[in-house]
Amino acid sequence: MKTKLIRWIIWVIIFMGLLLIISIFSLFIGSSGISLKTAVSSIIGGKGTTEYSILFDIRLPRIILGFAIGGALSLAGVILQGMFRNPLVEPYTLGISGGAALGVCLNIVFRLHRAIGILTLPLFGFLGAILVILLVYFLSLRKSILKIQGLLLTGVMISFISSSLIMLIMAVTRTEDLHGIVFWIMGSLEEPSWVLIKLTLLVSIFGLAVSYLFCHDLNAFSLGEEEALHLGVNTERTKRLLFIIASLVTGCSVSVAGIIGFVGLVVPHFVRMFVGGDHRILLISSFLCGSGFLIFCDTLARTIISPLELPVGVITGILGGGLFVYALTKKQVVLGRK
Amino acid sequence: MLEIKNLFCGYDLRIILQGINLSVENGEFLGIIGPNGSGKTTLLRAITRVLKPKTGVIFFEGSDIGQMGFRELAKKVAVVPQESLTNFMSVEDFVLLGRIPHYRKFQFLETNRDKGIAQKALEVTGTLELKDRPMSEMSGGERQLVLIARSLTQEPKLLLLDEPTTHLDITHQVGILDLIRRLNKEFGLTVIMVLHDLNLASEYCRNLALISKGRIHKIGRPQEVLSYQIIEEVYKTTVVVRENPVSSKPYCFLVSQEEKERRRVQ
Repeated sequence: MKTKLIRWIIWVIIFMGLLLIISIFSLFIGSSGISLKTAVSSIIGGKGTTEYSILFDIRLPRIILGFAIGGALSLAGVILQGMFRNPLVEPYTLGISGGAALGVCLNIVFRLHRAIGILTLPLFGFLGAILVILLVYFLSLRKSILKIQGLLLTGVMISFISSSLIMLIMAVTRTEDLHGIVFWIMGSLEEPSWVLIKLTLLVSIFGLAVSYLFCHDLNAFSLGEEEALHLGVNTERTKRLLFIIASLVTGCSVSVAGIIGFVGLVVPHFVRMFVGGDHRILLISSFLCGSGFLIFCDTLARTIISPLELPVGVITGILGGGLFVYALTKKQVVLGRK
Repeated sequence: MLEIKNLFCGYDLRIILQGINLSVENGEFLGIIGPNGSGKTTLLRAITRVLKPKTGVIFFEGSDIGQMGFRELAKKVAVVPQESLTNFMSVEDFVLLGRIPHYRKFQFLETNRDKGIAQKALEVTGTLELKDRPMSEMSGGERQLVLIARSLTQEPKLLLLDEPTTHLDITHQVGILDLIRRLNKEFGLTVIMVLHDLNLASEYCRNLALISKGRIHKIGRPQEVLSYQIIEEVYKTTVVVRENPVSSKPYCFLVSQEEKERRRVQ
């Protein structure tokens, strides 16, 4: 047991170290080409300089948001994959992103963000996400029993319906709004509001803390629902709570940063290959890895063709998918051996 | 220890158990037999609270299990399922899952005591040398032993088994059932076991409950339950019952259709 604990601690230290290195790297690299020396002197020098405001008002918020959202999406992925015992589930499979995107589309089309304020965009995204969550939840609730397979199917269907509706809106919308919709759907970590960034950070850390209380239950769930019940897990209550946590952190991320795919699907698998399937280590490692991964992808997205910026979803897709396929072919016995 | 009163239970559209009354004493070794679809597994699922009774109550040590917490029940009643999903954990980690109901709130790591209990369960079931191997490499017989080890790690008073010998060869069948008998005798564990094989049930169980169409048709010693009249009535199959020359327990011989016709002609 001692050796297992030590192994876990080492993994956490490795992932934290990676996260720290990526964050520092991300802070000091960018289109404005601040050299390390000027950066350090501007940090010491304090507020006032242009360099200081680029570092702390432009880059740091992105890093913090990347930390929060990358962690939240990976966390939701681990929870849902553990709960459904299905390796293909990711936070967006449940239709949450579709709902959020639909909400934002409606907002843009009706020009509410111009009439009332830019903050209505994430608000509408969040409302759309919550609406879908409630819909999926109540549609798969039969006789007060949450049918897990039903949950998955309903989510996928709602996902399709909302993407069709988005296409419909895009087909009839004005060209100048089209750009806004497409831009939002592709996802970006640029977020001017500090309040929203702090809120997202809070929600994702809260999600990690609460879901960690269910780590044993998630381990029991890996044996199937009935056996989890034999091991004393109140499966109905646990399923509900976990579904709500996963939905909440996903809904929050999507409404702030748009749709950033692949993080929630790939990171948990990848981490499982290294640390094993025990949720006590898997939850925290996935959170840290997801954070690091998203910050890294975002750094690439804003530097590769600078001063232009690529959508971060493009990078997460190409990099994450590519790495994962490579790992799959390298390691035949995958998905959480050990 | 376990008292079932007038239990009606089943699924949405089909009520399978139609008024089960059953009382199980401490230290009992009860075999539940009956044709397919008669409600054996449903009865187990009612006792473990997977299914809610439509009417009727199940008492465990005097308290209604419907009022008990799931954890509370899992500390006293352990289930060995027919099969478990292939898992990627090591055998030891798998067995340690049995400690889940005993963990205190905010306890994330197993203590040395938990580990000692798992160790002992592995020893008793003879699977200690497998402990670092992954579950996916276990054969059917080993898997069943490890499942029993996991349920022992729960430190239960009542052990429920759902057809523990299906898909196993005779060596493993006898090995598993000898082990369960030893647990019953030496550790005082109360055992309720669903079995398909009438002869194994007769050989190992102290008492048998024969279930037919959701009711208990007959309950008692193997000699009382396994008579050819009762078996023919419930299973609609011709059998010949003789005494096992070694253990003097009843043994059922099957009679094929061809053989029956041949006899009739003569």
